[in-house]
Amino acid sequence: MENKNKQILEGSHAVAEIVRRLRPAVVSAYPITPQTHIVEDLEKMKAEGLADFEYINTESEFAAASVVLGASATGVRTYTATSSQGLLLMTEVLFNIAGLRLPVVITCANRAVSSPINIWNDQQDSVTIRDAGWIQLYGETNQEVVDLHVLAYKLAESLMLPVMINMDGFALTHTYEPVEIPEESLVKKYLPAYSAPKDTILDINNPHSLGTFATPERYMEIRQELFEDVAASKKEIVKQNSEFKKVFGRGVGNGLFEEYKTKDAEIILVAMGSVCGTIKQAIDDLRNKGKKVGLLKIILFRPFPDDEITAIVNKAKYIGVVDKSISIGTEGILASDVKRACYGKTKVQIKSFVVGLGGRDVTEGMIEKIVGLVKEKNNETQFIGF
Amino acid sequence: MKYKNPFEHLINPGHTACPGCGQLIAARHVIDACGKDTIIANATGCLEVTTSKHPTSSWKVPWIHSLFENSSAVGTGILAALKSKGLDNKVKVLVQGGDGSTFDIGLGLISGMWERGDNILYVCYDTEVYSNTGYQASGATPHDAFTRTSWPGKKSLGNTYYKKNMVEIALAHRVPYVATSTSGYIEDIKRKVKKAWGIEGPKFIHILTPCVPGWGINDNQAIEMGKLAQKTGFFPVVEFINGELVNAMKVPQSKPKVEEYLKQHIRFKHLFKDPRGKEEIAGLQKICEENIRKYNLK
Repeated sequence: MENKNKQILEGSHAVAEIVRRLRPAVVSAYPITPQTHIVEDLEKMKAEGLADFEYINTESEFAAASVVLGASATGVRTYTATSSQGLLLMTEVLFNIAGLRLPVVITCANRAVSSPINIWNDQQDSVTIRDAGWIQLYGETNQEVVDLHVLAYKLAESLMLPVMINMDGFALTHTYEPVEIPEESLVKKYLPAYSAPKDTILDINNPHSLGTFATPERYMEIRQELFEDVAASKKEIVKQNSEFKKVFGRGVGNGLFEEYKTKDAEIILVAMGSVCGTIKQAIDDLRNKGKKVGLLKIILFRPFPDDEITAIVNKAKYIGVVDKSISIGTEGILASDVKRACYGKTKVQIKSFVVGLGGRDVTEGMIEKIVGLVKEKNNETQFIGF
Repeated sequence: MKYKNPFEHLINPGHTACPGCGQLIAARHVIDACGKDTIIANATGCLEVTTSKHPTSSWKVPWIHSLFENSSAVGTGILAALKSKGLDNKVKVLVQGGDGSTFDIGLGLISGMWERGDNILYVCYDTEVYSNTGYQASGATPHDAFTRTSWPGKKSLGNTYYKKNMVEIALAHRVPYVATSTSGYIEDIKRKVKKAWGIEGPKFIHILTPCVPGWGINDNQAIEMGKLAQKTGFFPVVEFINGELVNAMKVPQSKPKVEEYLKQHIRFKHLFKDPRGKEEIAGLQKICEENIRKYNLK
């Protein structure tokens, strides 16, 4: 049944199509490669009368994020998308949206960050704003990306937290893959019209002040509450992913991650996004050569599934974390998170590898190389460019 | 003006603005003139900080503060949401900020809002200085003024830059309603706010609002200085509809010289102490004369 409904779609078009079916009332964006096809398609849908959202062109990503902030605060469903410099330009607004507890949903078409300027894929943009208070999800395939958008709105509106869906620029946004776009009626059933909480929106019949200023006596508890709510959202994500499975016949991993051949693995690689496809292929080949390698694919990067992944890490002897980003001065960002999550709970060696910066192709050969290096005793981050 | 119970205003007492604050006086009359069917997007600044200390608020209308530079785009978002709810003809959107958020950090986003032609009233309360951070120079600070980032000294006579002309910037965007006023003219403010709401599209009202500590004036002088700024020609009070000057508040026949205004502010005190100040005062007088000629204030 699933196959029957599959179409060959460009990733960006698939995203635009699912966003249309998710019925945001206000869409606002500013063009940046590789996000452009998503917003072009949405604007075209609007022009052709296929969608009735308000579409607002802005003069910067900063303004686009601010427009969806204002619209969300007025109690309607919103959408925006960006990449790279655009996401960084939005940073101040993104922190603000989370602090205001607005259920804004954004797609980040992941791209490298300048300088040098580079329009191709890595994940430096989104991981850099990991502390903003947004739930961050990463898709491996365009099918996952589409499904994550549906989940994202469900989560955002049930938790009153903003959600970011990450899809690798070009590798997913500009790639045609077989994708099933969930039926409109099913989407509507799963995600009914948004009804905003009455006491937290701008309404002349029920006036409230939002974004008020907090002194040292108040600020800390408000931030702590956000921290605790984001941490607690993991449960809801797992729950909503199961609900999603019931309605649509598939989920995205368990909502937090996906395990691939980890059961008997001596070596487990950890990664997120489209590179997981290459890693899975490499694992199949390595297993044919008798190497016991598996993959832990991270879907939920914020909040990080600390306890849940520790148990998986402990199945192996060696962990190689494959990052498409770097915290300059320390190591791969995902690697730091895996180490932190497992601190005091594992004796497994965890090593940081950096691949694919600025659109460098990640090959199976590189993955095999990582598997060869993962047992080395040093704790240095290794850049695997060839 | 009829006395109003303080709690009948749409800004309640209990805010923490300085006694005699020119901005709060103007803001109270702006929102009263807009009415209860208004949503406010407020930029970071004195007006925001003094009226919204969590968990209290002085505002009796729905009000949001997001950031320093984005209140105009937040306003666009509010309006877009209202449109989608079919409420845009029933609810007004007022965006407001100080001179820092208007002249400087938020100018690009204001330009975007005007380009989009959003039916939003933008009000700038111009204290001619970053009041909220302790009186540093902004793009609205007059030439020669002393601020904490434009010190007079052996090699300086205060601010070396000139005040930007926001009215002309607004007119260049074809904003259909552009007006100025000052805290000295409450009835003028109210009239202009009401007039603005009768015009479809973007509206910009720029109000000079004397800052008691920032200007170094007495706390009973905000009204008086608002009037004197206009009477000298230093701050022209004008009104443009569709790019045409329809109204200009005339200066008195025997208009006061700019030094009558300047000498009452600590921010200009150095001009009267330093021998080089004379020439500077003459330069500021020239600005007044230019304003009078340009906007036909005689």
